[in-house]
Amino acid sequence: MTTLPPPSDKKLGLVIDLDTCVGCHACVVSCKEWNTSNYGAPLADEDAWGESPLGAFLNRVHTYEAKPENGPSTVVHFPKSCLHCEDAPCVTVCPTGASLKRAEDGIVLVEEDLCIGCGLCAWACPYGAREMDPAEKVMKKCTLCVDRIYNENLPEQDRVPSCVRTCPAGARHFGDLGDPGSDVSRLVADRGGFDLMPEQGTRPVNKYLPPRPKQDQAAPTAERHLTPVAAVEAEDTTGADGFFGWLDRTLERL
Amino acid sequence: MHPAYSVIVFTVSSGAGFGLIALLGLLPLFGIAPAGAFGWTGFGLGFGLCVAGLLSSTRHLGHPERAWRAFSQWRSSWLSREGVLAVATLLVGGLYALSALVLGSVQPVLGVLTALLALSTIHATAMIYAQLRTVQRWNTPLTVGCYQAFALSGGGLALAALLAVFGAPAGGIAILALVALFAAAGAKLLWWRHGDTANALSTPESATGLGHLGRVRMFEPPHTGSNYLLKEMGYRIGRKHRRKLRRLAVVLGLGVPVVLCLVALAGTGEALFLGLAFAIHLAGMVIERWLFFAEAEHSVMTYYARESAA
Repeated sequence: MTTLPPPSDKKLGLVIDLDTCVGCHACVVSCKEWNTSNYGAPLADEDAWGESPLGAFLNRVHTYEAKPENGPSTVVHFPKSCLHCEDAPCVTVCPTGASLKRAEDGIVLVEEDLCIGCGLCAWACPYGAREMDPAEKVMKKCTLCVDRIYNENLPEQDRVPSCVRTCPAGARHFGDLGDPGSDVSRLVADRGGFDLMPEQGTRPVNKYLPPRPKQDQAAPTAERHLTPVAAVEAEDTTGADGFFGWLDRTLERL
Repeated sequence: MHPAYSVIVFTVSSGAGFGLIALLGLLPLFGIAPAGAFGWTGFGLGFGLCVAGLLSSTRHLGHPERAWRAFSQWRSSWLSREGVLAVATLLVGGLYALSALVLGSVQPVLGVLTALLALSTIHATAMIYAQLRTVQRWNTPLTVGCYQAFALSGGGLALAALLAVFGAPAGGIAILALVALFAAAGAKLLWWRHGDTANALSTPESATGLGHLGRVRMFEPPHTGSNYLLKEMGYRIGRKHRRKLRRLAVVLGLGVPVVLCLVALAGTGEALFLGLAFAIHLAGMVIERWLFFAEAEHSVMTYYARESAA
C-alpha cells in the first residue's frame, strides 16, 4: 500500500554529526558491501574498471564549502542517504505498492518484486536518496539495514546499520527518534539537530548535527614567518662563551 | 530532467488521442453522429493514438511485464490513477464506439461519460508532473492547464480535419480547436514565465543546513564518475538552445495551426489545411514536450551545485 500509515511511535533513523565526519567514505563502502549481498538485488556497477564507471549506491558522501562574506570558509563532509521521511513523497507516488513506509518502525522500503522501474519515486525524492539499479532495473534505497537491526543471528553490537557500525569517527548514530529519551533524540536536542530541505515538507526522521563553531579564528600572519636572513645576519652575539662563542668569534674574523 | 523519447511520444500521442476521444464523445451534442466511415476513422485514429502512446510509455519501464501492478494504487498515486482512467476511457469509449458503429445507435450519455473519463485521464497525466514539489517548474496548476489545452487542440484539429475529409461541416470544431490553441498558447506562456521568475524553493544552503556558515557550494563530488541521479535529474544537453526551441514550439505547435485553421475556415481546401495543421501541431508538441523535461530542474541538483548562486 502506498498510502502512508498513521505516524508510528517508533521512528528508527540516523543522526549524522557533520562536526565529526572526516569524509573517509568508509560508510559508503561498507553500505555497498552489506547491501550488495543481502536485502534485495545486488547493487550493480557498470563499466566498473573502465573509463566511466557507474553504479548504484545507497549512501554517498559529498563535501561542501561554506564561505562567509569575511573570514575563512568551512569545509564540511556530508554523508547523505534516505532520511526515512514521515511524509515520504516517494511512497505515495508509487503506482504498484512497491514503495512503502512500515507502520511499525517507519522504515521506508522498496519491495523489489513489485517494482516496475518507472523511476517516479526517484523524481519525487528531493534528496536523491533513490537510485535505479543499472542491472536489475528496480529502485534501490537505504533499508536502514533492516536485515541487520532485527537479526538475532548477529552479535548484539552488530545489530545497527552497516554504516553506523563501520564509521571510525563515531559520526553516525542509530536509534529511535520517536522516543524523546533515546540517545539519538537527546543528541539532537543537545546539539541543535536539523532537517534537510524543511521547505519540501517531507518531515525527515534522520537529523543532522551542525559543525561546532571554529575556535580562535584571529590568526596573526606576520609573526608566523621564519626569521628573514638579513635579520639573522644582524644578530648581536657579543658576550657569547663556550665552544660556540669561540666559533662565532672565529667566523667573524674570517 | 531527462527527456525520455518513450515518455515524449506517450504524452504527445496519448494527449492528442484522448483529446480526440473526448470530442468524439461530445460530438452528438453538436448534432453530429460519429458513425459510418467517419466514425470508424475517427475512433480508429483516437484509440490508435491512445494505445500507441500507452504502449510507448511501457518502454520506459525497467520491468514492463509487471506494468499491470500499476492499476492497484489509485488511492494515492497519480500514475496509478492515470492507468486506471486510461483503461476505463478505452472500455467505456469502446462501448460508445461499438454502439455507434456496429449497432447504429449513438448513445449521447455514454459519449459524455467517455469525454469525462478522457479529460480525467489527461488530468491524471498532468498531475504526475504537477504533483512533484521537487521539480518547481512542473509544480503548478498551469501544468494541468497546458496538458488539457494541448490535448483539446490536437484532438480538435484532428476531428475538424476528419469532418472535412468526410464532407461534414467542420467549421464549429475548427473554431473550438482555435479557442483551444489560444488557451494553450496563453497557458504555456504563463507557465514559462512562472518557471523563469520563481525563486528556487530549495538552495544549497537549505539542502545542507549550512547556510549559517556562509554561501554553500559543492567542494568535492561524492564520486569521480557520473550516477543515476545526474543522468536522470541533471540533464543539460541542448538546454542552452531553449529560447530558439521555445519559439519553434510556439510557431509549429500553435502559430502555424492557427493560421492554417483560419485559412480552412475561409473555405478553401478545408481537409488539406486542417490535416496539415494537425500534423504540424504534433511536431510542435514534440518540441514542447522535449523542453518540458529538458528545462525542468530538480531539487537534488542543489546537492551538486559547484558554484553558489550569486
